[in-house]
Amino acid sequence: MTEKQPSKQNETTQAYYTLLEQIQALDFVLVELTLYLGTHPEDSQAIQQFNTTSLQSNQLKQQYQQLYGPLYQFGASPSGTPWNWKDAPWPWQV
Amino acid sequence: MSTYRKYYRPFIGPFDPCSPIQWKSYETPPQLYLGFQPYNLPQNSPKEALRTGTLWPALFAPYPDPYKVSTSEEGEEQN
Amino acid sequence: MWVYEKKLQYPVRVSKCDPMMAKYLIEQYGGADGELAAALRYLNQRYTLPEKVIGLVNDIGTEELSHLEMIATMVYKLTKDATAEQMKEAGLGAHYASHDKALYFNDASGNPFSATYFTAKGDPIADLYEDIAAEEKARATYQWLINMTDDTDLIDSLTFLREREIIHSQRFREAVEIIKDDQSTKKVF
Repeated sequence: MTEKQPSKQNETTQAYYTLLEQIQALDFVLVELTLYLGTHPEDSQAIQQFNTTSLQSNQLKQQYQQLYGPLYQFGASPSGTPWNWKDAPWPWQV
Repeated sequence: MSTYRKYYRPFIGPFDPCSPIQWKSYETPPQLYLGFQPYNLPQNSPKEALRTGTLWPALFAPYPDPYKVSTSEEGEEQN
Repeated sequence: MWVYEKKLQYPVRVSKCDPMMAKYLIEQYGGADGELAAALRYLNQRYTLPEKVIGLVNDIGTEELSHLEMIATMVYKLTKDATAEQMKEAGLGAHYASHDKALYFNDASGNPFSATYFTAKGDPIADLYEDIAAEEKARATYQWLINMTDDTDLIDSLTFLREREIIHSQRFREAVEIIKDDQSTKKVF
């Protein structure tokens, strides 16, 4: 049994947290705009901001996933070999 | 702009067992006043938005410790 | 369907081992005004709301699931390395006897989660007014929780969650304005 993955410990570095927080910040803007657009569907400037922010977030996520593995499942992120979706850390652990 | 917290003086009975709190307060955050959010309100940066919990400063409400802040001076300002 | 994102909505840090605070925080996990009740309330209401506001209610319900995960993270971190003795001292002896460190959907007094915490009346005004009230009650719960801790990292995450209740309340209030508006009446006789 090799359940322990000490190599993964190095994910909890400053660079990891910095990149993660950048993604969290952009995705938070997207959550806010999503709810806002739910009641303001005609605000074209907000829609434009939503689309630009979505692109920026996707770029950062590509970078993140190359370094730390998939963020999404069911095919929304590509997998490494071996299958790395199951790898720690999980969000509640970091 | 409306205040985030309102104060009132509760009745203090002569036989109240705990040391009386002179001013009581309750929260009145901005969603009570904004109405339908207008277009193009000023925004926080993404980082600041995440930190404060909203993209729009107009919808932000701080929450300082009510047991520390509700002194009588603070109270008098706000009725 | 839903797709899981392997990240929290907001970073959750806890600066001390404090199982007693976990006992109180569980109110927002399996309590009447907690995040599970919120998520289930909105995701269940969306089937019978007017088209104009389904998207909003769907998305707020989804965001609530991410808040449920944040609360779970706080509870997990606050109890992870607590000893049986520390659990007892924190008033979590009864919990420990039945669940060890596993999370359980109950409120801070130990009452198990119940579907009676929310409703779907089928009347859009009644349902949206319940939603607004639920957000204000959850905001109040976060305030009382913040008042009970001096852990600045925990206060940081709880303050974020409190602010989200304000935003959700704002949006539900706007949803009411949208569906009560005469322009919504497109039916022509």
